[in-house]
Amino acid sequence: MTRRPDTLKETPSQTAGPYVHIGCTPNFLGNTGIYPEDLGARMVNDRTRGERITITGTVWDGTGTALRDALVEIWQADADGLYPSPEETRGAADPDFAGFGRSGCDWETGAFTFATVKPGRVPYPDGRLQAPHVTVWIAARGINTGLHTRMYFADEADANAEDPVLARIEHRNRVPSLLAQPEGNGVYRFDIRLQGDHETVFFDM
Amino acid sequence: MTKGGFIQRDRAWHPPAYAPGYKTSVTRAPGRPLISMPTTLSEETGPVFGRDMLGPRDNDLILNFARDGEAAIGERIIVHGRVTDEHGRGVPNALIEVWQANAGGRYRHRKDGYLAPLDPNFGGCGRMVTDAEGRYEFRTVKPGPYPWPNGVNDWRPSHIHFSLFGSGFAQRLISQMYFEGDPLIWQCPIVRTIPSDAAVERLIAAQDMTATIPMDALAYRFDIVLRGRRQTLFETRKEGL
Repeated sequence: MTRRPDTLKETPSQTAGPYVHIGCTPNFLGNTGIYPEDLGARMVNDRTRGERITITGTVWDGTGTALRDALVEIWQADADGLYPSPEETRGAADPDFAGFGRSGCDWETGAFTFATVKPGRVPYPDGRLQAPHVTVWIAARGINTGLHTRMYFADEADANAEDPVLARIEHRNRVPSLLAQPEGNGVYRFDIRLQGDHETVFFDM
Repeated sequence: MTKGGFIQRDRAWHPPAYAPGYKTSVTRAPGRPLISMPTTLSEETGPVFGRDMLGPRDNDLILNFARDGEAAIGERIIVHGRVTDEHGRGVPNALIEVWQANAGGRYRHRKDGYLAPLDPNFGGCGRMVTDAEGRYEFRTVKPGPYPWPNGVNDWRPSHIHFSLFGSGFAQRLISQMYFEGDPLIWQCPIVRTIPSDAAVERLIAAQDMTATIPMDALAYRFDIVLRGRRQTLFETRKEGL
């Protein structure tokens, strides 16, 4: 019998379930007194460098109903395109920028919101620059493995046109599902559609 | 040797997005194939949360929501284990967040209306950061099983939810831990979204008498594997050079 390489299998995923807030955003839920504040609640402070933006949106299911029990997380570079991570080897990121944000969804409307800065450009493995983007991860009841997508900026048409990840999308009419639309005053709307004609592109990497 | 990208996820090992036995997945499963891409810096970096963020009782669910001098009701247990990557190397500084129902199967959550009572001394929430070898432990009470609206008479086995961050955002994982010997495991539609029994067994914690504290708490061991990175001399990568 062929001997397979001696590697371990990843722990299988399970849904986050409807009560994900208890563990991940207890203060948002109203379970106060355990942690001083929820993780990912504050991405910027007064000294953070870069253009302030607000990302807001809603996660929609296949019937057009807003998910009100989802957990949305984002991870992004600072205004200079550097990640606040030990795995970042190109330089030190802005010490006043967290890079990671986490938001529950409004109990009535399903809206999620992040106050952050517009990220700089980050290289692809071959050295080409990617367009400014934000990594987005969605966990919820009914989602068996967290969904990984990216938010790009609709007002970065030139950078988006040369982005190596967007270039991998064969059906070009699906690219707009990844473009956040500017609504003025630094607000960008990014709706996530789990199914349907305008289904968001989700990635496997 | 340099670090390559993350090893691809074995999607046939994880539960499929569309799993009709778990009814909520039907309208929340993407209908189109995932778009494949290599991991880039955006997925190979990730937030790291230091121990200085942690409070002294963050990994003690028996006490971290309890009034002074009181404690959560239920079977006292220690849950411990090791987080490694697919190469078997410990993952240090991994943030683990856990949440669970109380001993009666009731969650402290606005959407849970199960008739079992809340325990005023139990919040059901804890977190910890793995040590240099990837080890973790926390103390809690064993959660109870509870009914849920899926089939007419579906019950969740006793379980603890786990959320993990490794060193790269591509490793992000949420899963659930079950308890050895629970007959409800194999009847649960959420467990059964996982295609193989071998994969389900990876979520079942074994009772561990070596970690049990005599006259105090039983122990369960739950080891977790996160995605690993390719190790190579040959991968051409410009970033960081």
